[in-house]
Amino acid sequence: MKPPDPGARQPLWREEFSIDGAEERFVSRRQFGKFLTLASLAMFTGNLWILVRSWLRREPAYPLRAVARVDDVPIGGVRLFSYPDEKDACILLRPDANTFLAFSQKCTHLSCAVYYEPEKDRLECPCHEGFFEARTGRVLHGPPRRPLPRILLERRGDVLLARGIDLQRVL
Amino acid sequence: MTVMDAAIALDAILLIVQMWVLTASLEAFLAGHTGVALPAALVSGALLLGCSLLYVFVLRVDREGRESR
Repeated sequence: MKPPDPGARQPLWREEFSIDGAEERFVSRRQFGKFLTLASLAMFTGNLWILVRSWLRREPAYPLRAVARVDDVPIGGVRLFSYPDEKDACILLRPDANTFLAFSQKCTHLSCAVYYEPEKDRLECPCHEGFFEARTGRVLHGPPRRPLPRILLERRGDVLLARGIDLQRVL
Repeated sequence: MTVMDAAIALDAILLIVQMWVLTASLEAFLAGHTGVALPAALVSGALLLGCSLLYVFVLRVDREGRESR
């Protein structure tokens, strides 16, 4: 094989990266190490961003709003309402005469609407067969990982008022 | 050279763990859990420190290797 002519013009890439062939492995190792460290710095920056956003996050103020009258909900039945906004569908349950429970109707998996199964006392998401306990909203079975947000209710006479949302944060 | 390869491999493993920490903390944040943000940031910082120390180690061994040739 003919040896390269040292006086011949080198390709542009070799002129700009004038690294001896024997040292290429060192350079690539250094560059790879630098890449890993910079990627690590980017990850740390992301975590710092999450930390700052967590500190700045404020609990939203929820309105006090009448959502139903006691007589509107039959024993063992349900009533649908929206809270706190019109697009936030919720489900109000009445498992017995004096118990009223309300949850967000959006499944915590992929936001399909859940419905009540009174005979099994549970809420079911038909999309992916996620089941929630009707008394607490906690996950019984299926793909959802988080419990249903619970709507805090207050009874004044025969009127039921929603006064907030408990996201039931559990890790 | 084996030590160098081990250092680079350990660096990559630390980065993968850090990716997992970032993903988990982001998922928790979006789910409304803010309590994990501080521990996750501390762990991520420790992993960054580990990656940086390994990088310094790689640079030093590289330099010594080239100087001894």
